Amino acid sequence: MRVAVIQFPGSNCDTDCQAALASFPGVMAEIVWHKETSLTGYDAIVLPGGFSYGDYLRCGSIARFSPIMGAVRTAADSGVLVLGICNGFQILCEAGLLPGTLLRNNGLLFRCENLQLRVENTDAPFTSVLHEGQVLDIPIAHGEGNYFADPETMKQLEANAQILVRYCDASGNVTLEANPNGSLGNIAGICSHGRNVFGLMPHPERVCDPILGGTDGRGIFQSMIEWTASHDAKK
Amino acid sequence: MANPKITPELIAKHGLSPEEYEKVLSILGREPSFEELGVFSVMWSEHCSYKNSRPELRKFPTTGPSVLVKAGEENAGVIDIGDGWAVAFKIESHNHPSAVEPFQGAATGVGGIIRDIFTMGARPVFLMDSLRFGSIEGDSKQAKTNRRLFAGVVAGIAHYGNCIGLPTIAGEVYFDESYSGNPLVNAFCLGILRHEQIARGAAEGVGNPVFYVGAETGRDGLAGAAFASRELTEESKADRPAVQVGDPFREKLLLEACLELLATDCVAGIQDMGAAGLTCSTCETASRGGTGVEIDIQLVPQRAKGQTPYEVLLSESQERMLVIVKKGQEDTVKQIFEKWDLPYAEIGVVTDDGQMRVRNGDEVVVDVPARALADDGPLYSREAAPFTPPAPLDLASVPQADPLKALPSLLAHPSIASKRWVWRQYDHMVRTGTAVLPGSDAAVFIVREANKILAASTDCNAIYCKLDPLVGARIAVAECARNLACSGAVPIGVTDNLNFGNPHKPENFYQLRAAVEGISEGCRAFNVPVTGGNVSLYNESPAGAIDPTPTISMVGRIDDAAHLTTQAFKGQGDQIILIGETGSELGGSHYLLAIHGRKEGAPPVLHFEKEIAIHHALLGVIRKGLVCSAHDCSEGGLAVALAESCFGTEFGASIDLGETGQRADVDLFNESQGRIVISVSPSNRSLVESELKSSGVSFRFIGTVTAVPDLSITTGASVYTWPVRDLNDTFEKTIPSLMEG
Repeated sequence: MRVAVIQFPGSNCDTDCQAALASFPGVMAEIVWHKETSLTGYDAIVLPGGFSYGDYLRCGSIARFSPIMGAVRTAADSGVLVLGICNGFQILCEAGLLPGTLLRNNGLLFRCENLQLRVENTDAPFTSVLHEGQVLDIPIAHGEGNYFADPETMKQLEANAQILVRYCDASGNVTLEANPNGSLGNIAGICSHGRNVFGLMPHPERVCDPILGGTDGRGIFQSMIEWTASHDAKK
Repeated sequence: MANPKITPELIAKHGLSPEEYEKVLSILGREPSFEELGVFSVMWSEHCSYKNSRPELRKFPTTGPSVLVKAGEENAGVIDIGDGWAVAFKIESHNHPSAVEPFQGAATGVGGIIRDIFTMGARPVFLMDSLRFGSIEGDSKQAKTNRRLFAGVVAGIAHYGNCIGLPTIAGEVYFDESYSGNPLVNAFCLGILRHEQIARGAAEGVGNPVFYVGAETGRDGLAGAAFASRELTEESKADRPAVQVGDPFREKLLLEACLELLATDCVAGIQDMGAAGLTCSTCETASRGGTGVEIDIQLVPQRAKGQTPYEVLLSESQERMLVIVKKGQEDTVKQIFEKWDLPYAEIGVVTDDGQMRVRNGDEVVVDVPARALADDGPLYSREAAPFTPPAPLDLASVPQADPLKALPSLLAHPSIASKRWVWRQYDHMVRTGTAVLPGSDAAVFIVREANKILAASTDCNAIYCKLDPLVGARIAVAECARNLACSGAVPIGVTDNLNFGNPHKPENFYQLRAAVEGISEGCRAFNVPVTGGNVSLYNESPAGAIDPTPTISMVGRIDDAAHLTTQAFKGQGDQIILIGETGSELGGSHYLLAIHGRKEGAPPVLHFEKEIAIHHALLGVIRKGLVCSAHDCSEGGLAVALAESCFGTEFGASIDLGETGQRADVDLFNESQGRIVISVSPSNRSLVESELKSSGVSFRFIGTVTAVPDLSITTGASVYTWPVRDLNDTFEKTIPSLMEG
């Protein structure tokens, strides 16, 4: 499986994502500079975390005009898996590949800490090896992760089961106290209507090695790998 | 605009003494131009020249078989860590800027130290910081100001470190009245590199072009180095233009571009523009290269129109580098800067005449010998006041506080309380190497590309340093080494940040001299070189000088991931052993300060031989896989250390100190040095005890890790019991409730 990790100016989780992906047998992860215009030949695309363009103007609002974003859109339209983590999620929202937006944390401060996420739906290429209700320990690190969308969009997200992970407590209860940033519905990550584009604020690449305190991030990448393998087999 | 005439008033305003001005005249053989006066002023400031501290700094041990670049040679020292890999690390202060503009002051402090590291050719991998503020408790105007400074500094560090993508993985924060109005902000950065990648800040090769790259020069940070070399006064707010404005995004681009550039063979020398900006970088590279450098101000990328040559030369605009390019390789260099969308310009050339020459088009505005400016500045041997070591505290003068109340009060003292509110604002996990999260004794970071595990700690108990600077400095070094040992690491190098008051005052100068002596003794004892650091003098507010604060940062190496040890208890039934001897002193303790409001007595005694033996013994049992947790006793003594080892676990501890013949407050809260609380599984206890015995260190079994989540300490006939949850609540909630109400 070949994965492109897009490097925008200001990306800073690009090599972390590359290393996490490379820890899976058979995965080749390559850094692709944002001034490139083609992504043919890749099975999946990762938009990593960081501060693309310094988060100036609004998180992700400048990166979405990067030359590579045309190719990301084409790939997404053709069903290629696109994963946006943290700033990558913000860019996908700004680009219109995912609905809604990410506002400033309701506590106004940047928050970096380990949190729990509940898997809401496993009918997606990003959660297929997980089980519904499973609690994942995955850290966040953001100042603008407060998911917001209008009531109509929220209704659609719920109706289409596009909400893949929500912030929860250690027992899996979705509570106000477990919400770190004020996200509507405790949303931590959503997928597109076509289910092949997934954005989440937490950082799965940071929990792929036991020495870093956990491996709960691996399930998301493993899902992508297995989905790609079965998809290729069908072809 | 015509330049002002050189008058005695103008000279004084530039911080040059009449004697120093005489020296300028004799170097030049003529009256300096206005620009030259500015250039001498910043280069001969304490901040750039260390004119008051250099004779002292020479006392540091700086050599050793692993030292690849020595202290003072370059922007940061470099230490070998094996297999062709090396680390570059350094700590630097941004105290004065943070006092007048905390957010930008702290942010640019972080930016500056990161530049120092990648200028060496190293990829920065993590940050730490050491912060000090006045009291944040209460409703006084001063407390409110201190809270604003604290919040602003933390936000500034977070802003810069998070954006550039470096984890801030450890640090320390203390609150004490002596820092009211003069907070301390010391930022540390460590980078990793291959031996062959070490870059030099020398202008090599006559005829090589000199490139400027990075942010355009603006009017921010004008003469910041000179500002940092004065006392803070009520009028210092007017110096706010001397504080720079940081752009971590630009620095990220500059960092990546410079590392990409240094991987090519195009660079003859590279130097960041930090304090004294373009002035310092040109004359230092020329001086190191034994060459001259000639630049034209008109070619420098500029943010504002109409800036004078004086302003461009002295601006401390951030995120700028000077690169000496090998002639003929200019196109490769340009391609890399263009890839990263960075402004750049070829602004000059390396010459053979040893002069730093600055032209403004056709007009020469500065023409001075580079070496005289960079290396031949004035040096002062200041007068140190005689010092009598303090008498030990008279215990009879200290009423015994109820330990049941004293422990929660200590845990609620902002200096001891949890700093989660701080480090939660820092991305401490980016670069996926943080193996021990902030809050333990030392930070542990795995450098994937080099397959190395590094540990780092930063420490200074300024109360001890205030009472006895020599002993306090020794303890700062020993505590760093102890923290590393608790994590399973062996120390490899030290960087120090000497924060003191005005050196013209003999009592302050004694503190500086004694601290240097204490650090030197400590580094010799632990056999670690000082690889560089920073001196920040003139830390005074209208209320007087700060407590002397020689911050020590020590870097260590862990040979095997299996040796990695943390402070938290691991399992019910584990046996708790206290290594080291407990004395009867309370002088300089946080108990005395927090409970009795007294900062007095003699600090605890430190025996280097015993301390070293304890570290060796501890590392011995850690390496044999026998230790479940290890935590040193520092501020708040044994009781605070035990409570901290319970925090974050579901366990409690049942401790029996037996009949000690001492007061309970001494047993629980004294700060005798060289003590470490370890826990071991019951089956390993006798083996650990025999190992410790054969190492010849003092130790005693003191209790058991319990499933009951209470901390219970028995001393003599008295039993003190606290629910861990209550202690933890106090510990965790103190700072958030002070800051968020």
